[in-house]
This record gives sequence, C-alpha cells and structure tokens, in this order.
Amino acid sequence: MEFFFISMLNGLSYGLLLFMLSSGLTLIFSMMGVLNFAHASFYMIGAYIGYTLNSVLGFWVALLVAPFLVGILGATFERLCLRRVHKFGHVPELLVTFGLSYIVLEVVQLVWGRTAVEFAPPPALQGPAFTLVQNSLNGLSLVWGAAAPELCSAADAAVRVVCSPFPATRGFMMLVALMMMVGLWLLLKRTRVGLVIQAALTHPEAVEALGHNVPRVFMMVFGVGTGLAGLAGVIGGSTFVTEPAMAATVGSVIFVVVVVGGMGSLAGAFLASVLIGVVQTFAVAFDSSLVSLMQGWGWQLSSALQNNSVLKLTLSQVAPILPYLFLVLILIFRPKGLLGTRET
Amino acid sequence: MIALELKDVRKNFGKTEIIRGVNLAVQSGERVGIIGPNGAGKSTLFNLISGRLDPSSGEIWLGEHRIDGKKPFEINRLGLSRSFQITNIFPKLSVFENLRCAVLWKLGYKYTFFKFLADLEDANDAAEKLMEEIRLDKKRDVLAMNLTYAEQRALEIGITIAGGAEVILLDEPTAGMSKSETKRFIQLIREVTEGKTLLTVEHDMGVVFGLADKIAVVVYGEVIAFDTPEAVRANAKVQEAYLGSTVAESQAHG
Amino acid sequence: MALTKTHYEFKPYNVARWLIWSLFTLLLVVLPLVFTSNLSVTMLTQMGVAMIACLSYNMLLGQGGMLSFGHAVYTGLGSYIAMHALNAASNGSVNIPVTLIPLVGGVGGMFFAILFGYVTTRKSGTTFAMITMGMGELVFAMSLMFSEFFGGEAGVSGNRVIGQAFWGITYGPPVQVYYLTAAYTLVCVALMYAFTRTPLGRILNAVRDNPERVEFIGYNTQHVRYLSFIIAGFFAGIAGGLAAVNFEIVTAEVVGAGRSGAYLLFTFLGGATFFFGPLIGAVLMVLAFVLLSEFTKAWLLYLGLVFLFMVMFAPGGIASLIMMNLRLAAFGRLRQMWVAYVGLAVTALMALAGAAAMIEMVYHLQLNAALGPELKFAGVGLNAESLNSWFGSAFVMLTGLGLFELARRQYVHDWDETQVFIEKEIKRREAL
Repeated sequence: MEFFFISMLNGLSYGLLLFMLSSGLTLIFSMMGVLNFAHASFYMIGAYIGYTLNSVLGFWVALLVAPFLVGILGATFERLCLRRVHKFGHVPELLVTFGLSYIVLEVVQLVWGRTAVEFAPPPALQGPAFTLVQNSLNGLSLVWGAAAPELCSAADAAVRVVCSPFPATRGFMMLVALMMMVGLWLLLKRTRVGLVIQAALTHPEAVEALGHNVPRVFMMVFGVGTGLAGLAGVIGGSTFVTEPAMAATVGSVIFVVVVVGGMGSLAGAFLASVLIGVVQTFAVAFDSSLVSLMQGWGWQLSSALQNNSVLKLTLSQVAPILPYLFLVLILIFRPKGLLGTRET
Repeated sequence: MIALELKDVRKNFGKTEIIRGVNLAVQSGERVGIIGPNGAGKSTLFNLISGRLDPSSGEIWLGEHRIDGKKPFEINRLGLSRSFQITNIFPKLSVFENLRCAVLWKLGYKYTFFKFLADLEDANDAAEKLMEEIRLDKKRDVLAMNLTYAEQRALEIGITIAGGAEVILLDEPTAGMSKSETKRFIQLIREVTEGKTLLTVEHDMGVVFGLADKIAVVVYGEVIAFDTPEAVRANAKVQEAYLGSTVAESQAHG
Repeated sequence: MALTKTHYEFKPYNVARWLIWSLFTLLLVVLPLVFTSNLSVTMLTQMGVAMIACLSYNMLLGQGGMLSFGHAVYTGLGSYIAMHALNAASNGSVNIPVTLIPLVGGVGGMFFAILFGYVTTRKSGTTFAMITMGMGELVFAMSLMFSEFFGGEAGVSGNRVIGQAFWGITYGPPVQVYYLTAAYTLVCVALMYAFTRTPLGRILNAVRDNPERVEFIGYNTQHVRYLSFIIAGFFAGIAGGLAAVNFEIVTAEVVGAGRSGAYLLFTFLGGATFFFGPLIGAVLMVLAFVLLSEFTKAWLLYLGLVFLFMVMFAPGGIASLIMMNLRLAAFGRLRQMWVAYVGLAVTALMALAGAAAMIEMVYHLQLNAALGPELKFAGVGLNAESLNSWFGSAFVMLTGLGLFELARRQYVHDWDETQVFIEKEIKRREAL
C-alpha cells in the first residue's frame, strides 16, 4: 500500500518535472511555431549554472538567479540567431536550435568537464519530507521527516515494519512545479502581457499593426520558456544527477510528451507528462515479465519459451522505451494527441 | 443533367452555424456566379464541396456520386477541380512543371517511378497546350514564385483546369487585379472553361453579371436567391440584403 | 487521348550530362589508384557508403520536405539484416554471394520502412520530425533488449571473406571492397537521380512545395510520402549493407541518434536543395569523422558552429554557393568577384585562426592538462597559461573580424552590382 503511495508520488514528481520542461517547450511552440530542439540543453545549462552558483552563493540564491541567467541566454540566442532564420520557415528554425544543442553540449563539457558534478541539495531539503511506516501491528502511520530507527525495526521478529521515505527534494520539485503552473496560468490569463501573447499566438501581424513589438514579444517568450527550463534544471540537477548526458536523457522524452499531449496544448502537455512520469516510475519497480506472469497464472511453459528474449523481458527493462511506445500508439489511434487542437 | 447538387448542407464550427441549410442544383454546362457579403460563407461552401471541410449534415452530389465526407483527392478524381483565393501553386517548380504535375493523374501515371517524365509525350504536350491557353508559354521555365501576381493567378487557373475536370470551382479568381487585368482574365476564363460547369465566387459585380448564366446569392450561410442575373437584380430580398447601394448598381451596368 | 507527333523534333544529346556522369565514373575508378594507403582506401569506401546514405536522406529532406531525425534506423537495421545474412552465408545455411549482401541490406531497410513508415508518414512537418526522433530512440533502446538480433553490447560481427572467390575477388583486401562500394555507389546515385525525373519524384517535389494543393490535383499526399519513404529506406539499407561488409561488425550505435544527427547535419551542409549537395556533404562527413576528429578535440564544437552559420547565412548549403557562382560564371561575371573572394578568404582565415587558437587552448587546459600547458597550433607553439598566447590569439581574432567586416562590405557591394547586371541581361535576352 505504502509502496503504491510513494511510487505514485515519485511518479507525479517526475511527471511534474517533465511538465516544467514541456510547458516551456509548448509555450515557445505555440507562440512562435518554433520547436526548440535545444530546450533540454537549456535545462542542462540551468543545472550547471545552478551548481556553480550553489557552491558560491548557496542553493536558494542559485534557485532564483540561475533561471534568470538561462532566460537571458535564451533571449540573446533568439535575438542573434533565431530571428535571422524566421523568414526561412520552420525547418531552418528547428535546425538552428539543433545546431545549438551540439554547441551547448560541447561548451558545457569544456567548462565543467565530462564527468558528473556533485550538485547537492541544501541541508533543508536533504533527507525525507515524510516517512510512511507500515507496521503489521499498528497499521499505516505518517511521520514527518525521517523516521527514527527504532520505528523502522521491530524487536519482535513476528512484527513486520516497512519504512518508505519520500525525499524532500522530490516534494520540493512538486511544489515548485505547481507554483510555476499557477504563475504561468496567471501570467497568460490575467495580465496584459499574457493577453498580448495570446493574441500574437494566432495573429502576429495584427498584433504588430496595433503597435506591439512582436519580435520583442517573441524574444521575451523564448526567454521565459528557456528560463523555465533553467528552473527545472536547478531542481532536476540537484535531485537527480548533473552530467553532460542529462540533456539527451530527458530531451527525447519531452518531445514525446509534447506530441502525445497534442502540439500546442499546455493542458495536454500536463496530462501527458504526468501519465508518462507515473507509468515509467511504476514500470521501473516491477520485475515481472510475461514469462513470470504466465507462470504465475499456472501455465506450463517450454524451456524454449522461457528463454525467449522477448517474453523474458521484465517490465523494468522495458521501462525506458515506454514513452516511445506511447508515441507510436497515440499516432496510430489518436494522431492529434490527447488534447491537441492544432494540426501542424 | 444535374452536375452538382447540394441538399440541405449545414456546417457548424463549434456552436456557430456557418452554413445553415444550403440547397443548390447546378445543371451541366451552366456558369454560376456566387455572390454575397463578406462572411456569408461562400469560401466555406467551396471548401465543403471540394472536400477541404466535411459538412456537419446534408448531402453533396457530383453527378451520380455522393461526395460529402470524401477526401479532396477522391473528389478531384471524380471530376471536380477548384482554384484558391490565396494563390496555391508549387512555388519551387517551374511553370511547365506545375502544369505537368496537374495532368499526371488524369493521364493515368499515378505513383509510377518506372517511367521518365521526359518520355511522357501526352503529359508534356498537354502541359505545353495549357501553357499556351493561359498565355504563359514565354515563361515556361520560370519558377512559379518568380512570376508576377497576375501570372500566378493565371497559373492557378491552369493547374485547376489541367486535370480536365467537368466541374470547376473558382474562388475569387480576379482578386487583387487591376481593371484591365480583370477584363483580360475574364476572357481567359471564358475560353478555358468552354463547355464545362463553372462555379465562381466573385465580388466584382461587372464580372459576375457578364460571365454567369445564373447567380446564387449567399447571405448568412443560406442561398436566398438562385436565378438569372436579371431576375436576381430585380429580386427584392437580394436588393435588400446586398445590392442596395448605388455603387453596386453602377458596377452592374458598367 | 495521346497527342501524336506531327513533326520531327530535334533532340540533341545532353552533352553536359554525359560529361558529368563520365567524370564521376572516372573519379570513382581512379581515386584509389591515386590515394593508395589503406586509410585512404577505407575512407573512400566510407565516402561511397555515405553518399548513398545522404542521398537517400535527401530524398526525404530536400525532395520531399520531410525532416527526419531518425534516418539511421533504416541504414542501421539494413546493416544488421545484411550482417545476419552474411553470417548465414558463412555457415552455409543460405547461398548468397557477398556481392549481393548489400542488396539484402536494402531489402531489410525497405522492410522496416514499410513497417515503420506507415505510422511515421501520417503526419508532416514538425510532428513528423518528432515522430522520427521517437522512432529512432525506440529502436536504439530496443537494441539493448533483443540481444539475439542486435547482439547486445558487443554487436554482431561477421566475415566477408567467404565462399568461392570469383575472378580472384575475395573481398579480403580493402581495395576490392572499395570497388564493390564504388559500383553500388554509381548505380544507386544513378537510380536516385533517375527517380527525380519520374512522376513520383516530381509529385514528391510538389508535396514538398504545397502538400495541400497536391490533394486537389488528384494525389493522396500521404501515399506519396509513404512510397517515397519506402524507396529512401531501400537505398538507406543498401548503404547499411555496404557498411556491414566493410567493417565486418555492426554495433548499436548505427541506429543511434548521433548517426541520424550526422546525416542531417552533413546533408544540410552539403546542400539539400540540389541533387549533388548530399554528395559533397557525404565527403565532408567522412573527412570530419575520420580526419578532423584526430586533428583537434574541439571538432564537434567547430561542426556545430559551422552548421549554425550555414543555417543562418547559407541555408542552401555548399551546393547553393557553388551554383550561385556558376551562375555568375555563366554570365561572365565571376572574374570581377575574385578579388572580393580573396579578401573574404584571407580575413576569415585570420579571424578563424585566432578563434581556433583560443578554443584549442581551452580544450588543452581541460582535457590534456597532464601534458603541461604547451601545445602546438598550426605550427606555432602556444602556452595555454601564458597571457601572451591569449592576448596574441585574441588580437589576431579581433583584427581578423574587423578586416572581415570590411571585406564583407566590399563583397556585398560587388555582389549586388553583378546581380543587377545579371537581371538586366536576363531581361534583355527575354525581349529578343
């Protein structure tokens, strides 16, 4: 029971991290029609800048300043490079960001080295946020923070106690992601700037004719989108690992999220992120394969079948490709995506 | 013989009804001009007929075939072709290539990759003939995106009639042209659509009254009149909805 | 109704075309006789393979407007199928001569293109790009799961020296593998060129230009894309099969994102808008991966920067630059541009030298710190820790940049002049 609960929370937190990234991507795509191939690269830059600021100024300063710096880098890139290729169409825009991803990877490796760096969360976030103690005698109870060792082991061998901690970093990740969601929604629906952005989404020329500086709006949107990625980078880098491969690992998944959720739909991105996050987290925990399943049902299997590499695959081994399987399924059965509205 | 028939066609976008029950029957060989105020649904009607959009309800018949809900290429293969208000050509292909592409399916070449284009005598000759008809033979190898606006509109018409379709839909063919260009263009349209069923959306009253056998007036998603030009001009409902101004009066006479 | 010819038409032989193809064939035959070292011959073989792969990629990108991030799936799976066929031929269970193994790879590539292509070509544009990326990741991730087919971490290896030697050809020496590759390259390039002159090829171009309009002239756009995808997959598989024969081992990286990215990068660099662009890109790809990576550790950074600048300033690639200047030559204006070109080249070289020196010094500090701070750059000794070296390089770079800007302005001025002249000349000829 507690396993389910903790795994659910873990999956949710991972999904929310994916959403933090894919929301910026969706924002940029919706507003500018540009699919930012280098979005995960900005995530990585955020983590590394956060790491450097953390060692100099502390985590909380890093949390505030790093996204801002990443956003400025993003806006600068938009101004210098992306703007120049707007007129060539969407494919060159995608290619420019593709080239940027190569460059960012090399520069990051150059500045911070090719191995992982130690980006530790601050003391306040170390350790569990709460622990679920499942005691066969006393039932399920919740302990804030870490559970004392005597709670987790019983003197009596007949009593089974399982302690499942939920890391504080994960909890913090969920908190930041939710706050970001609320902030984004407020920005888009309740501010004048958000109104302009929503209008520029569908009718940029009209908005420009009204006197708004649409190129400047685009630059701002790109900066905000990449800044969000940087924020996700600080959180993700401190919770998971900060290394040069982190961009590639998460990069392809967020593109799957965006396609599965429906291109240009923030709600779809949210749904898809959470779905993929939860499913993958659960899948990694299961060691059962089709073989073990069939044997569990009491079927007799020949040794050839038992050794068949496909049937022998455990769910945890298959977990990395689950997002891509989702992609293929969605494309076959619902090509517009879960909540997609636009046809590209 | 009825070439094109619409039976109680409706189209909703969300909760908004754009086409609210259109009934229209066009005889083979007729030239129909479709007029109406902006936003009346004329282009939407064309999109419904040509398959770009699916009607929410109702039936569309092309001769003996029911075409509502079919894909654009299926409808085109049955003998209906349309042009677009915003020029929709193949910009990076030359004029000749544009026209040749448009005749390939009709001549039965389909998806073959075992024949060379240079050896397809009938396709090449048909494209050459078309080029002369639309008077772009001097610009044979010019890329379509480098043509002038009027030349591109001519190419647009060329691509539309290339497949030899019996029913032709022209969506504001003279949009954005000067008076002299319009006059020449209408002459061109009259020549190349000889004997075919023609539906054309137009705003220029002079063009419509000169070119059309019958006029359909579309207002707020309905056809409020479908009759000869004189009858439509005299129709009280139409006058009230559309032709009430003196400007339209003078255009119709001039 | 066929329109019969009513008169005799004089169709002269296209001399230029015969000349170019003969030259190409000659090059293919003669090059290994000029560059005889083993490394050179292997590189030439790899170039042939890359040419087929990049051309098949450009069938999608340049001719069809389909940006794929997962083309390595088809070359890679073609490699695997070819390798399994080679092994089956080795242990006698199937009788296929090594010469035909690449064709088996082609069929393999085609099979997977039929399988995956149906889902992939349902969408277009950016969504298509994302789908191909997802497919690529899917196949790469699966390579670790299905070890019977993919051979796990060690990959699948084979032996190309099997069966009866005919006419003394065993495919043992690299030069024999080269000529096999060259033969396939010539045939495949010719076939893919022929494809561009068929109805399907031309309609594919139309789909690239205006996918919606194609539907209104009677063609099913998705069907056109699907068919072209399959044909491209066939040629990709052939490239993969040749690579399998050449290297005698296939590992999971052949279906990886890095390989797909390389195809995209170099095809675009060579020029996606002309047929011969990918040929240039293929040559550059092999040179970069084999030679440049030995020269400097910063090669991926240089690559990324070059690509970025290409997309921003010359999206038609090197091929378009060549064609622009050929057009100048056709109008007799190339001679007056050469001064501007020399100026551009010299100043650019200067700026690049300064920048590269600094980049190399940074890389040296990062990666070769154990070797001490001294390094050689283009014959000049630099000390990565001394201010002199840094100031010197920065000075060279900045001066180069400044002079480049001046040269560029002169170039633009001269270029505009020639363009005006050419426009006038075209109008004059039209009026004749």
